[in-house]
Amino acid sequence: MSEYAIEASGLRRTYRSRTGWLRPQRREVQAVRGVDLTVGNGELFGLLGPNGAGKTTTIKLLNTLLIPTAGTARICGFDVVGQTREVRRRIGYVFGGDRGLYDRLSARDNLRYFAELYGVPGREQKRRIAELLELVRLTGRENERVESYSRGMRQRLHIARGLLHRPRVLFLDEPSIGVDPVAARELRQTVAELAATGTTVLLTTHYMAEADELCGRIAVIAGGRIQALGTPAELRHHADGRRVLEVEAYGVTDDRLAVIHALPGVREASLEVVGAAQVLAVQSDARVDVQADVLRALDGVRLGRVTARQPTLEDAYVAIVNRVDGRRAAEAVPA
Amino acid sequence: MIAVGALLHAKQLSRSPFEIATALIVPVVQATLAVYLFRAGGEPGRMLEAAVGAGLMGVWSSVLFGSGGAIQNQRWLGTLEMIMLAPRPPALVILPITLATALTGTYAMAATLLWGRLLYGIPLDFADPVAFAVAVPGCVVGLGMFGLLLASTFVLLRNANALTNTLEYPIWLVSGMLVPITVLPGWTGPIAAVLPTTWGARAVREAATGSGAVWPSLGVCLAISIGCLAAGALMMTYVERRARAAATLALA
Ligand SMILES: Nc1ncnc2c1ncn2[C@@H]1O[C@H](COP(=O)(O)OP(=O)(O)OP(=O)(O)O)[C@@H](O)[C@H]1O
Ligand SMILES: [Mg+2]
Repeated sequence: MSEYAIEASGLRRTYRSRTGWLRPQRREVQAVRGVDLTVGNGELFGLLGPNGAGKTTTIKLLNTLLIPTAGTARICGFDVVGQTREVRRRIGYVFGGDRGLYDRLSARDNLRYFAELYGVPGREQKRRIAELLELVRLTGRENERVESYSRGMRQRLHIARGLLHRPRVLFLDEPSIGVDPVAARELRQTVAELAATGTTVLLTTHYMAEADELCGRIAVIAGGRIQALGTPAELRHHADGRRVLEVEAYGVTDDRLAVIHALPGVREASLEVVGAAQVLAVQSDARVDVQADVLRALDGVRLGRVTARQPTLEDAYVAIVNRVDGRRAAEAVPA
Repeated sequence: MIAVGALLHAKQLSRSPFEIATALIVPVVQATLAVYLFRAGGEPGRMLEAAVGAGLMGVWSSVLFGSGGAIQNQRWLGTLEMIMLAPRPPALVILPITLATALTGTYAMAATLLWGRLLYGIPLDFADPVAFAVAVPGCVVGLGMFGLLLASTFVLLRNANALTNTLEYPIWLVSGMLVPITVLPGWTGPIAAVLPTTWGARAVREAATGSGAVWPSLGVCLAISIGCLAAGALMMTYVERRARAAATLALA
């Protein structure tokens, strides 16, 4: 048995696509630009990053769905390009979204088909399927056609399918999309239990709290490269020496946000919509109290609660990702 | 694995509303067509033969459209990635799907015969019922294997759709599903001889009318089909690798 469940070195992937028909133009997207990664057996590893960062691409390079443009990767010691079948025997893949199932078949038939396909022995199938239906709480509805399922139910069925053959390495690409809070909590519990019993999990998510709660280590990926890697506690250091001011507001414009961003002592400013309100998060140097300046900049905007707090993983994440954006903007200026 | 896969895919296919509508109407049309063709020809004795031929056309259409588009279909469903992740040769993953298309096609055969009997009173007196009962599934399996070759080649072709449409009728004709091969121009002979559809159709017809020995034709049909299966398997392996390199497994 290999020491590491997942090893990747110098992984790169370029997408080539042709657009236009009369005058075809080649377009190249460098989705992953040199990723090095090792994940130990039984580790729960998180992959965070903004949209288009290359998370899904990285996962597909590791789970044999894509062939790397350069670099190599091994799963449990088997090469993802040369020893595809050995790799596939050991991995499970769950992606977010409601596609990828046979709509006109029941959940049970879907699982039966994939159990057969993924090589679950015939005598075990029935028990395993019942077990998983129970786990994702679809028992009682397993004979209904999938087309009648809600989005979250489909997602739960995806998860059950990914676990059918008891994979040693599990790739979860935004598994909790569309899943209600209770089910999401159960999912987190399931994932934690799997990891506790030796399954290696590579998880991507946009929910920081989920990553913080579950992952032993996290890599923040942006622009196809790993920008930071460490335990959640280590990543939080990226926001060390900072304070966060949170302001509930209604109707903050981009212009105002830019003004706030430019205030002395302000390091980051981000805006998130929560229900009817916006939440403005301003990170500043811990030494500087920016509250008065920020509130002045928001003059005339209806405000709600104002709170100051210690930085969370999410703040650290924002700091890391924005640093990359800043650098890229600088690179884009012709020398 | 192949059997379960084929059955479940057949289930998925046969529940499509479009499929159901087609399945209700087409056999009636085909039975009617067969009857009028042969009534006009003044050969009422050959009506059964005609109905069987019409049924075979149904099987063929189902294989051609179903298998030719099998991979594209799975891609649209978003299931292509999930089935390709199976630790199996890609050909074995796709074969159940193409078999399923042939299987759903047999329904057309049964329905055509049934409508022929009900509407036009075509007597269902098969010369050799046992041979018929074997020849039809044999032919279906053969066509399913042929379908794999179609499935793997058609994904590589940009104009697969156009090709599918243009192939439907010529193959009916050349394989002698509706009219005997002997009345076709001589140059079609060699083409007919290498198509598994020709031999399958011949076996089924021979079983229905007693016009010849069933087993040799069926044997040739299966032999050619196994050849197609082997070629299709090689193609599939190539296609899978290419798709992984070009990132075309997902719907992008
Ligand atoms: N099949 C494809 N063809 C061309 N470009 C692609 C393809 N798939 C992804 N890309 C591009 O590669 C980049 C990385 O995409 P990827 O899906 O890996 O991002 P991601 O980190 O998973 O994002 P998200 O959080 O939105 O899921 C993006 O710029 C995307 O546009
Ligand atoms: Mg993604």
